[in-house]
Amino acid sequence: MNCRQGKLRLQKWYTTLPDKEKKKIIREIVQIILARNQKMSSFVDWKDLKLVYKRYASLYFCCAIEDRDNELLALEVVHRYVELLDRYFGNVCELDIIFNFEKAYFILDEFILGGEIQETSKKSAVKAIEDSDMLQETMEEYMNKPAF
Amino acid sequence: MEAVNLLSSNRYTEKQIGYLFISVLVNSNSELIRLINNAIKNDLASRNPTFMGLALHCIANVGSREMAEAFAGEIPKILVAGDTMDSVKQSAALCLLRLYRTSPDLVPMGDWTSRVVHLLNDQHLGVVTAATSLITTLAQKNPEEFKTSVSLAVSRLSRIVTSASTDLQDYTYYFVPAPWLSVKLLRLLQCYPPPDPAVRGRLTECLETILNKAQEPPKSKKVQHSNAKNAVLFEAISLIIHHDSEPNLLVRACNQLGQFLQHRETNLRYLALESMCTLASSEFSHEAVKTHIETVINALKTERDVSVRQRAVDLLYAMCDRSNAQQIVAEMLNYLETADYSIREEIVLKVAILAEKYAVDYTWYVDTILNLIRIAGDYVSEEVWYRVIQIVINRDDVQGYAAKTVFEALQAPACHENLVKVGGYILGEFGNLIAGDPRSSPLIQFNLLHSKFHLCSVPTRALLLSTYIKFVNLFPEIKITIQDVLRSDSQLKNADVELQQRAVEYLRLSTIASTDILATVLEEMPPFPERESSILAKLKKKKGPSTVTDLEEIKKERSSDMNGSAEPTPVNASNVSTPSPSADLLGLGAVPLTNSAPAPSSSGSLLVDVFSDSSSVAAPLAPGSEDNFASSSDLASSEVVSEEPADAVHDADELIHKFICKNNGVLFENQLLQIGLKSEFRQNLGRMFIFYGNKTSTQFLNFTPTVICSDELQSSLNLQTKPVDPIVDGGAQVQQVVNIECISDFMDAPILNIQFRYGGTLQNLSVKLPITLNKFFQPTEMSSQDFFQRWKQLSSPKQEVQNIFKAKHPMDTEITKAKIIGFGSALLEEVDPNPANFVGAGIIHTKTIQIGCLLRLEPNLQAQMYRLTLRTSKEAVSQRLCELLSEQF
Repeated sequence: MNCRQGKLRLQKWYTTLPDKEKKKIIREIVQIILARNQKMSSFVDWKDLKLVYKRYASLYFCCAIEDRDNELLALEVVHRYVELLDRYFGNVCELDIIFNFEKAYFILDEFILGGEIQETSKKSAVKAIEDSDMLQETMEEYMNKPAF
Repeated sequence: MEAVNLLSSNRYTEKQIGYLFISVLVNSNSELIRLINNAIKNDLASRNPTFMGLALHCIANVGSREMAEAFAGEIPKILVAGDTMDSVKQSAALCLLRLYRTSPDLVPMGDWTSRVVHLLNDQHLGVVTAATSLITTLAQKNPEEFKTSVSLAVSRLSRIVTSASTDLQDYTYYFVPAPWLSVKLLRLLQCYPPPDPAVRGRLTECLETILNKAQEPPKSKKVQHSNAKNAVLFEAISLIIHHDSEPNLLVRACNQLGQFLQHRETNLRYLALESMCTLASSEFSHEAVKTHIETVINALKTERDVSVRQRAVDLLYAMCDRSNAQQIVAEMLNYLETADYSIREEIVLKVAILAEKYAVDYTWYVDTILNLIRIAGDYVSEEVWYRVIQIVINRDDVQGYAAKTVFEALQAPACHENLVKVGGYILGEFGNLIAGDPRSSPLIQFNLLHSKFHLCSVPTRALLLSTYIKFVNLFPEIKITIQDVLRSDSQLKNADVELQQRAVEYLRLSTIASTDILATVLEEMPPFPERESSILAKLKKKKGPSTVTDLEEIKKERSSDMNGSAEPTPVNASNVSTPSPSADLLGLGAVPLTNSAPAPSSSGSLLVDVFSDSSSVAAPLAPGSEDNFASSSDLASSEVVSEEPADAVHDADELIHKFICKNNGVLFENQLLQIGLKSEFRQNLGRMFIFYGNKTSTQFLNFTPTVICSDELQSSLNLQTKPVDPIVDGGAQVQQVVNIECISDFMDAPILNIQFRYGGTLQNLSVKLPITLNKFFQPTEMSSQDFFQRWKQLSSPKQEVQNIFKAKHPMDTEITKAKIIGFGSALLEEVDPNPANFVGAGIIHTKTIQIGCLLRLEPNLQAQMYRLTLRTSKEAVSQRLCELLSEQF
């Protein structure tokens, strides 16, 4: 799942590709999505995949799904993810994702694993995240470590 | 390195950051993986659900082969262990799925598989969701091992769709109960054929409930509610289409999609068009889909989104058949004028294919293609105009019309270069057909073409030069003019070598050669051999094998159905009664009139009427598909002029079907003569004894039976016969031996022609000899596993041919089994998950190649229908075997 608005904010790959390839694909997809207007459908054929995207405020959420996957449900996957972010951050905005990208990844991992939905219940997913937060002592300390 | 150290930490935060680092930044081929694997192993063994979760997430995120090697054995144990926490089970299921996708060979099947299937019954819906994903993927590869999942999935689905929206608590999404799980279950069911009756009833109920819910007023105005609801609906429709067995559901699905076509949500219109495309290929719903044609055409005109319009074009293409081809092609041409550049080429190909396939009258075809070149010349690829020329050359009844039309089209002040190419070629071949008209006299034709010469590219000019030399032959009166042109400096000293060489050679040829030699060298082009339309091949390549070919195969199948059936189809019938309009237009006498030939099976006597006045029928024009064309030309080339030819040949077609599954019997009988057969086949060799019995008391004189093979057949079948005694006494029987060798796979059967004198009149009759491809079958026994493995290997869409047809005989299991064995293949028991289905396997032996064949026959007692699927390594063989066997049930 790749989410973006001109600039890429968060990306997640469920197939293994070399970096160069990834960059090329991202450029291509961003161009396609940004060129489309609001009246158009949320689905675009792209190579042998389908892009399903939705815009939330300034962010485009986009995922590439296989031909036989269910398009509408992919749209709702995006929505459910946004709901989860919203529940966790409380009125999520782009800055939340930029500054707390690791949380966004954790939430995504709780929700989707290896490209398949893991937990569709909002309660369970959020609970999993909150549990892990309980275990967490201080984030900042490690954020400032030189390894990063 | 720091990250790996973090992994080994016992503090959650450190571990978490370490895993995040690895998931996001470590490439799956990194050397660090080995170190990381060790840390993961510790965490998996830790029994701490949070740590296990992190470790599993990491494996799933990286998903490398090394990880699969290290953990593929471990994870199934975690998955089915009784004391594993639900959340860990979920992660383990999806993690395993990821590993299976990257390295299927490393994930061992075993005891755990049956226990995974039972996860479908799990209390926790999250676990069921994750397990369904895993099972679906595994079941696609190993249908046998997971077939018990079908009934579990159906009962789970049934519980979900009937539940009240509050029952499932947090798994209800905007008033829709567990949409993700429903969709996954429906997807899992699409891995299997329709289940056996008991389960099927319950499934049908579920599907009906889903369709009913679509009609209920929405429980929420939120778009999420309708999206989730419709997502389930579309998946249910996919399943209905996949099963393709419940006409009632198919039609309901079609009506529902029809409503969506006019919905104000663009997304729904898009999906409805897409889904209808597959629905159009089912024979139960094809008609229902056609009723929406106006809406779809409207969508083409008014939709603002290219991708939606593209779907509309696809759907029009899919719903096209003989009845609406003219309208659809006209609309596509209309749309082409304003279409987006990105899809023009595809539309051009589609129009060209439809125009050819459904052309009832080839003048329409020629008009359509010329229009195509006029409107979108730049997008008309070479294949398209090659094809027009092939068709015009093969069908002599349109040649005059084509010449006239291109001549008129060329008069436009600006015409596309492709038109000049077609024009040049056609006039060069058939310009003489319109030269009688003073408005298109030879000189005018030449000047017209030559006026375009300077505007064209080199290859076109080269083609025009060839046209000129052809003119020299066709119209000696303008030879001088043409020689002058060839002699001019711009030709003889052209900078382009190819043009220069042509000019020089053609000039010499026209001066030196006598008229006879010219006529021989520049003779009309011989008909092209029939083969798959190159345009179709191009479209397939362009669209990828999946979508188009499916439709094509099904269409082909439907049209062969039509041609194979005994009653004349309406289209054929109407064609017989309407004389071809092109006959008048031609009025030149040179062209034998064969336009109104019906398909051979529809009516024998008419066929003979048409053919009997021209002995040299080069290209009889059976309307429609190529198959149709091929079979009628075979009949025509060895056609008979006899007392009762119509009956004889017609019956023969039926008679031959009696011999598909057996080798001995009476082939033909009338008041005078009885023909009996006894034959045996081994590998690619066979021997047939033909017994001719004289039923009268009078001698037959000059009795000469001959076996005739068409040219095509001669190269693939080697037949040797011994002559028989020319006198057959009254009541006597003579025997003739035919030795058969199959060189390569073949289509038609050879024809046995018998001539003799009886009481002063010459008798002449022809019957087809039942030497068919399946005679060279050797049965192959194999296990279920082998069968499915081979089945999978033959999964390219060209290798599979499928036919759905009504049972013509009572559906008796034992008889069906006997027929499949008689057909030559082995009958494999306990291979198909459904015991009612029949599965066979065998090898066709020919001298040059051996072709492995798999077949599957699914009876549907309720509907009295069969579905027959053939997979062989050769497309033509699949097609032929399917035709032959379909006639047997």
